[in-house]
Amino acid sequence: MPAARRDGSDSVLTVADYTAEVHPEAVYQALLDHGVFALPRCERCGRAHYPPRVLCPYCGSTSLAWQQSAGHGTVYSTSTISPRNAEPYAVVLVDLDEGPRLMSNVVAMPAADVRIGMRVRARIVQREDGAVAMFEEDRA
Amino acid sequence: VSADEAALRGTTAVVGVAESDLGEVGPHLSSLDLIGQATARALDDAGLDKSEIDGLFCHSAFFQLPPVAAAEYLGIRPRYSDSTAIGGSTFVGYLRHATAAINARMCDVALITYGSTQRSAAGGLVSSGTPLTKSYETPFGPRLPVTAYALAAARHMHEFGTTREQLAEVAVAARKWAQLNPVAFDRGELTTDDVLSSRMVSSPLTVRDCCLVTDGGGAVIVTSAERARSLRRPPAFILGAAEAHWHKDIFQMPDLLVTAAAETGARAFELAGLVPADVHVLQLYDAFSINTLLFLEDLGFCKKGEGGPFVADGAIAPGGRLPVNTSGGGLSYCHPGMFGIFLIIEAVRQLRGDCGTRQVADPHVALVHGNGGMLSSQVTALLGDESTV
Repeated sequence: MPAARRDGSDSVLTVADYTAEVHPEAVYQALLDHGVFALPRCERCGRAHYPPRVLCPYCGSTSLAWQQSAGHGTVYSTSTISPRNAEPYAVVLVDLDEGPRLMSNVVAMPAADVRIGMRVRARIVQREDGAVAMFEEDRA
Repeated sequence: VSADEAALRGTTAVVGVAESDLGEVGPHLSSLDLIGQATARALDDAGLDKSEIDGLFCHSAFFQLPPVAAAEYLGIRPRYSDSTAIGGSTFVGYLRHATAAINARMCDVALITYGSTQRSAAGGLVSSGTPLTKSYETPFGPRLPVTAYALAAARHMHEFGTTREQLAEVAVAARKWAQLNPVAFDRGELTTDDVLSSRMVSSPLTVRDCCLVTDGGGAVIVTSAERARSLRRPPAFILGAAEAHWHKDIFQMPDLLVTAAAETGARAFELAGLVPADVHVLQLYDAFSINTLLFLEDLGFCKKGEGGPFVADGAIAPGGRLPVNTSGGGLSYCHPGMFGIFLIIEAVRQLRGDCGTRQVADPHVALVHGNGGMLSSQVTALLGDESTV
């Protein structure tokens, strides 16, 4: 399981370190844990996909390379959940500009203010059980 | 659709249906006991002996190797078994699988059965299997399955102007049908305001937009049309059935406003040689209020996006223009985890005229539509009485 650079150095981990890796979940998580939000991109049809797989779900090719996501996207849908003893939070589907849709949370704003069509950008949040890609409103 | 499959139209029929005890059966009955109850009652309904069952179609989250466990419990030795697991729609899919098996003479009398004690034994939804693969959803705290359907509802409201009141109409209509069904679980008064003011589970869906959590089992017996005509009750002929699934997790669904019912409805109608206007009564898997809107649209009963106005003003309630979910549905009648088999049971009873005060006037064609997972798997079947074959 790749969790750090295999050469033992502490230099910055990048997608280039995993070009030939075929452990999709582990690489995705390792990159996130090192602050890099990346998706597999098919070298045959050119489409990015998520969640990571060993083959392209569009064309079936196994020729894939990791590509860092720009992290920009649009809220496709949102649902607010209000736990009894915690702040409400927004569970969203985000359409990344690279194509794939993912489930996440929009943070740093009231859940009820999250709107469909809102532009968002990714923010990697480190958690005990592994880093995750969350989103915040892109006001730019 | 293939000509070979189209030739199967009306070659098989449902000849026996029954529920087990429903609602909250208590701690002393197991899911297999409910399968036993329902099977004994369905055999009695059909006038068949248990020894005649030679095909078994069974799926459950409550026991491993479902057909093997059910066959042992029932004391039968099937020569054909099917444990396809595509969620709550599975049981509607079994109608198609049983039709294929019976036509190939791989079995003669097919038992489709389900049992769950999720209310008494578990107190909540019991899902099939322990996930051993990574989830790309749970880190973000969705309340599944509700949030998946809530995301579809929110998008439907955004794109088409559908209102929460229109969604609530689905739950109110289901309740009005349930009030006419003596074995329905929730039969109390329910208004649109009650639905809107109930506890919000995952916006825009409140607890009253969500299906019940009950116990329950069911059994459906299918055999050849020829054999069916020699039995006790009027056969409900299988005129066409179609299955499809396009995704599993909701974030993988290409368009949350178009389900695979758009494919299965078209294929089932083509197989049956029918159109939506030919259907007299519908049973649509209403795990959540949004389902009914999506399926009415995808199956061709109204245009895409017009499901909200279509169900307004009691249109699908008793006395409305299109009878939908006449049992009270998953929203008010029963929902023991997977509801598919109960859709078939109610459709057959309507075609036979067995439904008492909730009986639809003189129906000849019934549509059954099963949903599974997170709007994932869709199965449509058309059933008809003797006049349709």
